[in-house]
Amino acid sequence: MLHYIGQRLLQLIPVLLGMTFIVFMIIRAIPGDPAQVILGQQASEEAIKALRTSLGLDNPWYIQYFDYLKGLVTGDMGDSLRTRSPVSEEIWPYLAATFELSLFAIIIAVVIGINAGIISAWFQNSWFDYTAMVLALIGVSMPIFWLGLMNQWIFSIELGILPTTGRENVRDPINNITNFYVLDTIIQGDFNQLATVLKHLVLPGTALATIPMAIIARMTRSSMLEVMRSDYVRTARAKGVKMFWVVYKHALKNAIIPVLTIIGLQMGLLLGGAILTETIFGWPGIGRYIYEAIGFRDYPVIQSGILVVAFIFVMINLFVDLLYGLVDPRIKYD
Amino acid sequence: MAETAADKQEMQKVAGPWKEAWRGFRKSKVAVVGMGIVIFFILLAIFGPLFTPQGINEQNLSQRLLPPSSDHWMGTDDFGRDILSRVVYGARISLWVGFLAVIGSVVVGSILGILAGYYGRWVDTIISRLFDIMLAFPSILLAIAVVSVLGPSLRNALIAIAIINVPNFGRLIRSKVLSIKEDEYIMSAKAIGMKDNRILVSHILPNSMAPVIVQGTLAIATAIIEAAALGFLGLGAQAPSPEWGKMLADSRSYLTNAPWTMIFPGVAIMLTVLGFNLMGDGLRDALDPRMKS
Repeated sequence: MLHYIGQRLLQLIPVLLGMTFIVFMIIRAIPGDPAQVILGQQASEEAIKALRTSLGLDNPWYIQYFDYLKGLVTGDMGDSLRTRSPVSEEIWPYLAATFELSLFAIIIAVVIGINAGIISAWFQNSWFDYTAMVLALIGVSMPIFWLGLMNQWIFSIELGILPTTGRENVRDPINNITNFYVLDTIIQGDFNQLATVLKHLVLPGTALATIPMAIIARMTRSSMLEVMRSDYVRTARAKGVKMFWVVYKHALKNAIIPVLTIIGLQMGLLLGGAILTETIFGWPGIGRYIYEAIGFRDYPVIQSGILVVAFIFVMINLFVDLLYGLVDPRIKYD
Repeated sequence: MAETAADKQEMQKVAGPWKEAWRGFRKSKVAVVGMGIVIFFILLAIFGPLFTPQGINEQNLSQRLLPPSSDHWMGTDDFGRDILSRVVYGARISLWVGFLAVIGSVVVGSILGILAGYYGRWVDTIISRLFDIMLAFPSILLAIAVVSVLGPSLRNALIAIAIINVPNFGRLIRSKVLSIKEDEYIMSAKAIGMKDNRILVSHILPNSMAPVIVQGTLAIATAIIEAAALGFLGLGAQAPSPEWGKMLADSRSYLTNAPWTMIFPGVAIMLTVLGFNLMGDGLRDALDPRMKS
């Protein structure tokens, strides 16, 4: 196992280098003079020259890339062109907001998705099975941004039961400790604020959860159906084990492995989906951070935002890969 | 010599792989419904604009934000433009982007995948690592990166979507080539002195096509959503284009008093994507021998 982990980490090196190179190229690949593009047509020659120097665009590309890598290793991601503050400091609250939203979404997706899949397989061809699978099919095809708008319209505007945008009540802001508001309110024992935070999470969370939920439900169903036909499940039933335990204890243990792969993949994809969700719901997360930076041609922020998300994505995938071994002892790593 | 019933049966049995696949595909009602939806939207995209009640950019400010009625089946938007006409024309844009982007990624992915799979060694290493790196980004993020370099427009969104899908097809073809390469008929083609490029074009490529068709159909669905997403973020089609994602973005200011401006473009995206997804699922069952019972 240790050998395998080492091997996977080694394989990661070229991928990480490649990633940083692609991100490094974003600014350099802009057609024409990047400094001119960033500052616009009206900019003076001196301003353009100054920006070019501060971005290091005067040096040969390999020196620029080496400097960029050196910066990254020491935690320097450059300064935002808009706010002038270091991206590495600015980025954390946004990242925490996205983590909170994504965690909330993946919990909804996993709890509902897995159970819907199990019940569908348990009562195969029942009305529940058909309804759940038709909903799952629609869910997979749902543009997340449209679902977000529909949620906003129905639950905020028509029914008025949930807030439209944001993370907190602006008139009664959260006392920020960790940037994870659910955690902050619990630490402070302020359960009214906790309710407000959870209310703000519901709409963006469910919008973001829809596609993974649908995919997890479909995968769980097909995986369970396969396992339920196996001999050991029949033996368990013949021994008189209650159907509930056969399904949730015996069958699920083996059926969960492919589902786990899907969950891992979905966690990564959530980060991509978060950009759209955050834009709709005014959620101050990393997606919105990148999105706003695009509007301001704030390339250091665009670069770092994309790099950080991609890095987390790769790490989640690695983690899921390693997790298999723990869940399924039959998997041998050589 | 008279044909016996057994002969006829035998002939039916050897009715080519495509015919067999079609027979398998037809068995799935859901897949046929999916194909129906896809054909509907293709016809809508081709002929729809000929029959729309209004021009796509015909403004009528006295008729702003009217709810659906017999005059305007889907209502009007903030410029008094007929939403039905715009949604119909939007089908043309979305399908065009979906097909073209996927064709682009299939062509480039196939070339890279074949090179990697057939020649192996360092060619394979370089191409496979490139795919790994591209797949290390969440796809919409990579698309945003590409568009932020090229500048926002429908054409650049299309290019971005084509680029981000290349590694999916590339990997697929590579693995298919690797398995076909060792087949006996390729060995014998080599033994009789057939050149590499001829083997690639006339044997390996056609035999790798089935999974590409399946993946391609599903990829069109994703490409349509991605194009709409970029349009929604203001990074794809620009005003006054009736692109569905762009229409949704514009509808955001009118959620309270004119929700129909948001409902119909969204339904159109969802149905089109659903159609391609259902069809793709059906094709996979019909074309992928591993899934056959």
